[in-house]
Amino acid sequence: MTAATRVSPVRFRDAQIEMAHGAGGKASRRLVEGLFAPLLYGAAHEPLSDAALLSINGTSLAITTDGFVVNPLRFPGGSIGELAVNGTVNDLAVSGARAQAMAVTYVLEAGLSMEVLHAEVLAMAHAAQRAGVRIVSGDTKVVEHGKADGMYITTTGIGSLIRGVNINSNSVRPGDKVLLSGPIGDHGITILLARGDLDFKTELRSDTRSVLPLVEALVAAAGPGIRWMRDPTRGGVATSLNELARDCRLGVVLDEDQIPMHDAVRGACELLGLDPLHIANEGQFLVVVAPEYSDAAINALNLSAGGENACAIGTICMEPLGSVLVTTSYGGRRIVDMLVGDPLPRIC
Amino acid sequence: MKFVDEFREPELVIRTAEEIRRLADPSRHYRVMEVCGGHTHAIYRFGLKDLLPENIELIHGPGCPVCVLPMGRIDDGLALAQQTDVIFAAFGDMMRVPGTNGSPLEHKARGMDVRIVYSPSDALKLARTNPNKHVMFFAIGFETTAPSTALTLMRAKAEGIRNFSVFSNHVTIIPAIRAILDSPDMRLDAFIGPGHVSTVIGCRPYEWIVKDQYKPIVISGFEPLDILQSVVMLLRQLQAGEAKVENQYKRVVPWEGNRAALHALAEVFQLRPYFEWRGLGFISQSALRIRDAYAEWDSERRFEVPGVRVTDPKAAQCGEVLKGVLKPHQCKLFGRECTPEHPIGALMVSSEGSCAAYYNYEHRKTATTSRLGRTA
Repeated sequence: MTAATRVSPVRFRDAQIEMAHGAGGKASRRLVEGLFAPLLYGAAHEPLSDAALLSINGTSLAITTDGFVVNPLRFPGGSIGELAVNGTVNDLAVSGARAQAMAVTYVLEAGLSMEVLHAEVLAMAHAAQRAGVRIVSGDTKVVEHGKADGMYITTTGIGSLIRGVNINSNSVRPGDKVLLSGPIGDHGITILLARGDLDFKTELRSDTRSVLPLVEALVAAAGPGIRWMRDPTRGGVATSLNELARDCRLGVVLDEDQIPMHDAVRGACELLGLDPLHIANEGQFLVVVAPEYSDAAINALNLSAGGENACAIGTICMEPLGSVLVTTSYGGRRIVDMLVGDPLPRIC
Repeated sequence: MKFVDEFREPELVIRTAEEIRRLADPSRHYRVMEVCGGHTHAIYRFGLKDLLPENIELIHGPGCPVCVLPMGRIDDGLALAQQTDVIFAAFGDMMRVPGTNGSPLEHKARGMDVRIVYSPSDALKLARTNPNKHVMFFAIGFETTAPSTALTLMRAKAEGIRNFSVFSNHVTIIPAIRAILDSPDMRLDAFIGPGHVSTVIGCRPYEWIVKDQYKPIVISGFEPLDILQSVVMLLRQLQAGEAKVENQYKRVVPWEGNRAALHALAEVFQLRPYFEWRGLGFISQSALRIRDAYAEWDSERRFEVPGVRVTDPKAAQCGEVLKGVLKPHQCKLFGRECTPEHPIGALMVSSEGSCAAYYNYEHRKTATTSRLGRTA
C-alpha cells in the first residue's frame, strides 16, 4: 500500500480541546480516529487497540505508550508511579504481550519536593520489579511551578508476544461469553473521593496492579478460545464494550446482576448519579471467549491470586448492532453508551 | 446494599408488574405523567417501560431543573463570571448545559474559573479559602435544593462572608404542574408525584390538583418497586373512580413536609412575580428570588445582569417535549443535530432530561431491532 492511498480524511472538527477529549469516551475516540490516526498512521478505519503489534526483521513484538496525569499523586491503594508502570504493562498484557522493557519520561514541576519525587521513583521501581519489566531508558523535563500538578509521567513499553493467543475483535462471534476479572469502579471512585471534595469515608482502594499473571493463567487454560481482551480504564467497562460492539459489528448483552462491584462503589455511584459502568479501573480486564472455553477461563482466573471474583457478565449477540444492552433479572433493559465527557455528579 | 436492594427485588418487581397488567383495563389508554426528572431517569435506567403494558403511556414532565432553565439565564450567569476574580461555582448537572457561546465547561476550557461543587456550602467554603476572589454560586433546583441554598446564605450572612453571592434560578414545582394542566393539548389521566421535592413541601400542596382537575396523584420514590407500586396505586384510584393524593414514599416524605426546610426557604427567599421557563414560557409566582435582607449576597443585585433573552433554535421542540406533547424521538433534531455530545437543548444534557435518558438508554433498543429486521 502506498502512502498516498493510506491517508484517510481528517474528520476532527471540534473548535478547541476540552477536558472531554482526554476522558476516554466519545470525544477521545473522535480525536484519535479523526485527527491522530489519519495523519500519523493513515488507516483510521482499522480497529484501534491498546498496543500495536509489529514485526521487525522477523521478530514479533508489541509496543504501547501511556501518559499519566492524576490528581492527587498519591491515593489509597497506589500512586502515580505505580499506575504508570501497571498501566503500560496492562495495555501490553491485554494485547497478548508480556512487557519486557520500558522507557519513562518525567515532566516535573519546579518546586516539587524531593520526598514526593523519591517516593514515586521508588513506587515505579517496585511496580516494575513485581511486573517483571526493566526500565531501561528515560527523560526528564521541568516546567514552571503551577504547570504540571506536581508531575506527569509517560511510559512506553515493548513486549514479547505470549504464545497461544490471538487477540482480534474480528474473531468475535455471536454466542461468545464476556468475562470480567473482578469488581469494577474501585479506582475511579477512590480518586474521586481522594480529591477530598466529598465527605465520604470508605475503605475503598485503587485496584491498580499488573494483570499479567491473570492473563498468563487465562491463556494457559483457554488460549485458543480467547477472542478479545481490553483493560477498561478511563470510560469504564461501558466504553470498552461499546468500542468492541462497534468494531466487531455485533451487540453486547450484559446481565446487570452479574457485574461484580463493591458496595462502596455502588453506594457512591447511587448517591452521585454516576453509572459504575463508566467508572475507571486500573487492575481489571474484560475477555471475550468462545462459549466452550468459558468455564475453563473462569476457573483459571478464580484459582489465580486476585482473580477470585472473575465471572461471566454477558454474551455477544447479533443485536443490538454496535451497542451494549444491559438486562436486569426482572426483565428491564437499557442501552449503555460510551461515556460522553467526564463523569459528572448529579445533585439536583 | 441496604435500602436499595429491597426496592429492586426481582420477584417483587415481577409480581408488581403482573398486578399492573391485571389492573389495567385493556380497552383504556392511560396517560400518566411522571413530573420529576429523577423518575424519568429511573424509568429508563431500570428499563421499566419494558415491564408495563402498552396501554400505559408514561409522559415525561417538567421536573428537571436544568432543562427548564432558559438559555438566557445561563448566558447571564456566565456573563457575570467573565469579570475578573470571579469563580463560577455550580453543580455538575449544569456543566454541559449550552449557553449561546458554549457551556460552563467550554468556558472553563477557555480559561474561566469554573468549579464543580457538590453543595452550596462547598461553594461557601471556596469563598472562605479564596478571600481575594468572588465566588458566585449558580443555584438551580426545585424545593429539593433550595433549602440548602437558603441555609448557606444564612450562614454567609451570620459569618459576614462578603465575597460570596448566589445567582438564584430556584423554581417551584406546583405552578409548573398547573401550567401543564392548563395547556389545552394535554390529556392526562394521573400523576406520579415528585419524591424529593415533596420531602420538603409535603403532600398537601398537591390537593388542589385533585380538587380542581379530579386527577389522582401518588407521591413516589425512585426505585423500580416504588415507581411500579405508584402505578398500581394510580390504577386502583382510576378504577374506583377516585382522585386523591396518596403517598407511596412514606419512608422519606412526611405528609406535612419538612418544617425546618420550609422555614429556611421563607427566611431567605420570596416568590418572583413571574419567571421564564424554557418551553412553558412565563409562569407567575413560579420561582424564588433572594429577599432584601440578603441583597448583599444576591448576584443579580451585586452585579450588572445583562438580562439576556435568547429564543431556542426554531427547529428544536424542547417545549413540546417538556410538556409531554412530543416524545423525545419525535423532535426533528433528536439524534441528528442534537445529541448528548452536541446538545442543542438542555433536555439532551442532564441525565434527568427526557431526551438524554431516551437517547442513552432507549432509542437504539428499538432502532437497531428494526434496522436488523430490514437487512436480515
